[in-house]
Amino acid sequence: MASLSESLLQAFPEGIIETGSYLGDEIVVVEREFLVAVLSYLREDPSAAFEMLMDLTAVDYLGQVPRFEVVYELYSVSQKHRIRVKVRVDEASEDCWVPTATSLWLSANWSEREVWDLYGIRFEGHPDLRRILMYEEFVGHPLRKDYPQNARQPLIRRPDAPRTDDQTTRLLEGSHDRRVSG
Amino acid sequence: MQPTATNVASPSVGLVEGFDPRSRQLGELPLSPSMQRFADEAQRLPTEEIIINMGPSHPAMHGTVRVVLRIDGETIKDADVQVGYLHRGFEKECEGGTYTQIFPYVDRLNYVSPMLNNVGYARAVEKLLGITERIPERAEYIRVIVGEIARVCDHITCIVASLAELGGITAFFYGIRAREHFWELLEDLSGARLTHSYCRIGGVAWDLTQNFPEKCRTKIAKVRALVDDVRKLVERNRIFLDRMDGVGIISAADALSYGITGPCLRATGVAYDVRKDHPYSVYDHFDFDIPVADTGDNLGRYLVRVEEIDQSLKIVEQALVQIPPGPVIVDDPLIALPPKREVYNSIEGMIAHFKHIMDGLRVPPGETYSATEAGNGELGFYIVSDGSGRPYKCRCRPPSFYTTAALRQLIVGANIADIVPIFGSLNMIGGECDR
Repeated sequence: MASLSESLLQAFPEGIIETGSYLGDEIVVVEREFLVAVLSYLREDPSAAFEMLMDLTAVDYLGQVPRFEVVYELYSVSQKHRIRVKVRVDEASEDCWVPTATSLWLSANWSEREVWDLYGIRFEGHPDLRRILMYEEFVGHPLRKDYPQNARQPLIRRPDAPRTDDQTTRLLEGSHDRRVSG
Repeated sequence: MQPTATNVASPSVGLVEGFDPRSRQLGELPLSPSMQRFADEAQRLPTEEIIINMGPSHPAMHGTVRVVLRIDGETIKDADVQVGYLHRGFEKECEGGTYTQIFPYVDRLNYVSPMLNNVGYARAVEKLLGITERIPERAEYIRVIVGEIARVCDHITCIVASLAELGGITAFFYGIRAREHFWELLEDLSGARLTHSYCRIGGVAWDLTQNFPEKCRTKIAKVRALVDDVRKLVERNRIFLDRMDGVGIISAADALSYGITGPCLRATGVAYDVRKDHPYSVYDHFDFDIPVADTGDNLGRYLVRVEEIDQSLKIVEQALVQIPPGPVIVDDPLIALPPKREVYNSIEGMIAHFKHIMDGLRVPPGETYSATEAGNGELGFYIVSDGSGRPYKCRCRPPSFYTTAALRQLIVGANIADIVPIFGSLNMIGGECDR
């Protein structure tokens, strides 16, 4: 498995910040500019062949710079190996974004919406970046460490908030470019 | 190790000797001339696309899912699948609880097979603690037994609930009776019918009840008979076959890209099962097959689940024979709660108990992803620890969430009525999908 990190280091000498292994899990930290290139290399390269984006989540290290870590858990059914790819982003709104992986895996669509919903990290280029678990009128991103666990929000529609129904109708009627088939 | 795969779509596996559900020759019923004229006329009628709403409180949306549909006549042109109606903030709650206090929360993820969630979560924390090798063998066997029983309950519920929606209410009653047998057994063992919270970090809460093996064997025989009854009711039924065979097809490449695992992936011909591909616990001690179908449709998913019920029962039977005597939780005061007699009779026991309850067991800083095979596929836990008694982050990788994401692709182009069997065969569990 060490060869996977090595081949990544060879292919992207500037793109890889760290490689390592912990408890048998292979971990690679990449620069945001190289993220899509690294992910598509891992998907296409025959020795890597990661057909599945198993999971996508983020961790909020409040107080550290950069604050967030977006975590991609990849799995290869043919090679039977896993790798964890991480990219770090900071909280300032112009910096709090990651390029989308929706062109590589269909599963990225919903899981990126979830990370946006719960952590407020934007996925640039995502075709349909709406909230998924929370409702559209919800204010804030609940899994951020500075969102209090016992906070309650009234479920009252603010006059300026986008209405879920209008938005859905617009999406279904409009010429949006969400893919139907992979 | 290459997994051995049984192709359930082959004729030899059919319950009725020599009968292959796919080889049936039914043909189209001819229409009378007047009906034919009527059908031709209907084809020429002008249509208008309308948007209708299905769920979240629709009887067929047995999670709480809302599907907004754009339809033209009966054909679905586009759909927007909306989840989240059962979101309880699982991760946020976990960050406030000790590692042991999270067991009741994981019970409520996939509430049809809570034992499997228990095992998956316990294994993730044990991996982070580095005690995976120290778990007593008897505890591992107990986890396999209760886990496989939970898997059977999960598959039975999925199959018969889906059949009830197709009109087979008798099959539903037979299946629920079968599930009830196993729930009685698990209630006997854990004290709770549904939310067992039976596992602990380092083992299980207590040993099997005195006559568990005999009771279990009796129940297995009863469940086998009931599952056979369900199969006899439906597998040669024309309505069942028409609505399952060739409906809701997904290709293997798309299923992989959507992150679909479990029976829904194996129905597309990919024999990926964590129990075989990355054997954990004592799964390498048993002789069992991974059933696959190559069609990727509703019938394929049904057949894979039916065959998996049989394989799981086989595992339970083997485990009941092989199970060794011994302790059921790791002997380490830093991980396991001390026995009650020490808590009440010694100051050391009392302090250990107090520290466990108030601070939680200490997990060294680090992070890990641990995967187990749950009822719906790969159940992963990604846990980040900062060295305290509470997880810094406890992410659950829910198999249902990724399966439900594919629903849109499966129903676009189908008829409205097809949503019901397609959605049923995906086995979306609201508690797990929305967390």
